[in-house]
Amino acid sequence: MAKPFHKKLFEKIIEGILTLSGSITSLAVILIVIFLFKEGLGLFNQSPIAKGFVLVVNKNNPVNTLDAKSIKNIFDHEITNWKKVGGERDTIILFYLDDINSIYTEEQIGQNLENLPTLFSNLTDSISGIIAFIPKTYINSDFKGKVITTDNIKVSKFLSGKEWFPTAEPAAQVGILPLILGTLWVSIGAILLSLPLGLAVSIYLAEIAHPRVRNTFKPIIELLAGIPSVVYGFFGLVVIVPLIQSVFNLPVGETALAGSIILAIMALPTIITIAEDSIRTTPRSMKEASLALGASRWQTIYKIVIPYSISGITAAAILGIGRAIGETMAVLMVTGNAASIPHSFLEPVRTIPATIAAELGESSQGGMHYQALFILGSILFVITLIVNLTVEYISSKQKLAKR
Amino acid sequence: MKRVIISVIVLAFAINSQAQRIKGSDTMLPLSQKEAETFMKNNSSNKVTVTGGGSGVGIAALIDGTTDLAQASRKLKMDEKIKLQEAGVTYKEVIAAYDALAVVVNPENKVGQLTREQLEGIFIGKIKNWKEVGGDDAKIIVYSRETSSGTYEFFKEHVMNKKNFANDVLSMPATGAIIQSVSQTKGAIGYVGLAYIDKSIKALKVSYDKGKTFIAPSMETAKNKTYPVVRPLYYYYSSKVEAKVKSYLDFVLSTEGQKIVEQVGYVPLK
Repeated sequence: MAKPFHKKLFEKIIEGILTLSGSITSLAVILIVIFLFKEGLGLFNQSPIAKGFVLVVNKNNPVNTLDAKSIKNIFDHEITNWKKVGGERDTIILFYLDDINSIYTEEQIGQNLENLPTLFSNLTDSISGIIAFIPKTYINSDFKGKVITTDNIKVSKFLSGKEWFPTAEPAAQVGILPLILGTLWVSIGAILLSLPLGLAVSIYLAEIAHPRVRNTFKPIIELLAGIPSVVYGFFGLVVIVPLIQSVFNLPVGETALAGSIILAIMALPTIITIAEDSIRTTPRSMKEASLALGASRWQTIYKIVIPYSISGITAAAILGIGRAIGETMAVLMVTGNAASIPHSFLEPVRTIPATIAAELGESSQGGMHYQALFILGSILFVITLIVNLTVEYISSKQKLAKR
Repeated sequence: MKRVIISVIVLAFAINSQAQRIKGSDTMLPLSQKEAETFMKNNSSNKVTVTGGGSGVGIAALIDGTTDLAQASRKLKMDEKIKLQEAGVTYKEVIAAYDALAVVVNPENKVGQLTREQLEGIFIGKIKNWKEVGGDDAKIIVYSRETSSGTYEFFKEHVMNKKNFANDVLSMPATGAIIQSVSQTKGAIGYVGLAYIDKSIKALKVSYDKGKTFIAPSMETAKNKTYPVVRPLYYYYSSKVEAKVKSYLDFVLSTEGQKIVEQVGYVPLK
């Protein structure tokens, strides 16, 4: 009598462990997603001006607000007259905190910098065209200048902005359009290259190849998936980049195409393994029936095998795409990471994962740049979610069709 | 028995508190590792652990109190200073070494020297062809480090007069990648630390006085301060742990420590 009870208890425990691990995993995933969005969404309550700093102008200057783009152009000496930003005709004079040392002596500034507020106040009062970028702490109640206000970062501007200078001072530029386009270009290129090749190889391995060939090739292809991505990246940088440069006679070889080729190679094992498995599920009876009716081998593949396993093939393609979109290190090394909008496959691009990987370590935690990178992560999450939902949808359709 | 266990635990904590944690800039990682290694060899009772992650990571850890020393290849940003203040941390700053940045081109490039103004023009995208600065008729391909690296910030501040890089600048994740790319791209220009210069790339002479004197980057010119593109490397620490980190910092600043600085390829303070 004791034995069945023990068995029962054992089963219960196993069941409990399985349920627990399942719920812990789901909980962890949900927490990570919440964390991602929570960290990121703070971005839209932020001003693009570096934290702790303000921009001040002379009190007679009619300009009250400036957007992030004009601020960057002013400090890049692109806009040199107030007239262009809605003020009077007057040359813009830039002033940085460090410039104070060349205007006043150390004695005037004071040993503990105690005279700085007064000096800043006088300075903004005496120069009519000045725009000064100074810490907020030096603005006291009797400040004689005017503080420029800036709108918070808007969702629409964030998504449609064309400039990615998250560390620019005084005003950071966080436009992610080039990054989204870069990611899509590289991924689409990778799909175009890997899908036909992957399908061809999987059909060959499943239907045409001699079993001995298949038994050697498949493990080798699966081995490709085990190579660290940084190795692929280095291979790309040293071999593929110079190759593209000389074949297309380009001034620079780090292009979207280089990224696509590397990603295609990396996505191949996924596509081949899953597609081949699904092709091999085609019932032998169906194939034999087709051959018995006088269809050739190719006709059987084309009319019977592929239609039967099309949902598995699609799932393989989509999982391959998922890998391509999220891949970081290899792309980071070969695409050149120029945050400009690409017009062809032969131009450098910057992808979302590469941006996050390259910049997160150096950004100040909780700051605007950090939040912008988390939003990028959220966008990537949404893209992969869409891809995965598509897989779900397709495989559920297949189950219905089989019934 | 209980007392023994307690005293063992207390002892373990006491030993543990002797361990100094250093975290931050990847640029400084080889330097700190080498310094820590020799320091531990000399003082076997001390333990130093060094981790990278980036200047921002190190300073964030300093704010949270999860590191004793933060290594940074850039100065503290204003918002980091505010956060340190909010966390009640009074910090101290120590310059451990200098790092000279060299502007490098492909060895086949005819151009051997550039003024600061020309460099600014190239990196902000105003000068787009090598023939504008005395080279062949070829497009200039600009390679830069990532926007968040300390190297990027320094280059922007000191060479480009705080203007922003052009949009189409290629940014590379690491110095090694810049060297690889510059060595295989004819029209390339980039910037790397002095220690990384090798035969596959050519370092340019730079002029900061509008073309009167051009100085080649080297350990000597960086040491005697004639080479202009030199940046400090910092350690930051909370004044609360000063007693704990002092022995390590003293070692870094000592003659022996500074010798290591030079071995790793950075410029010693004196």
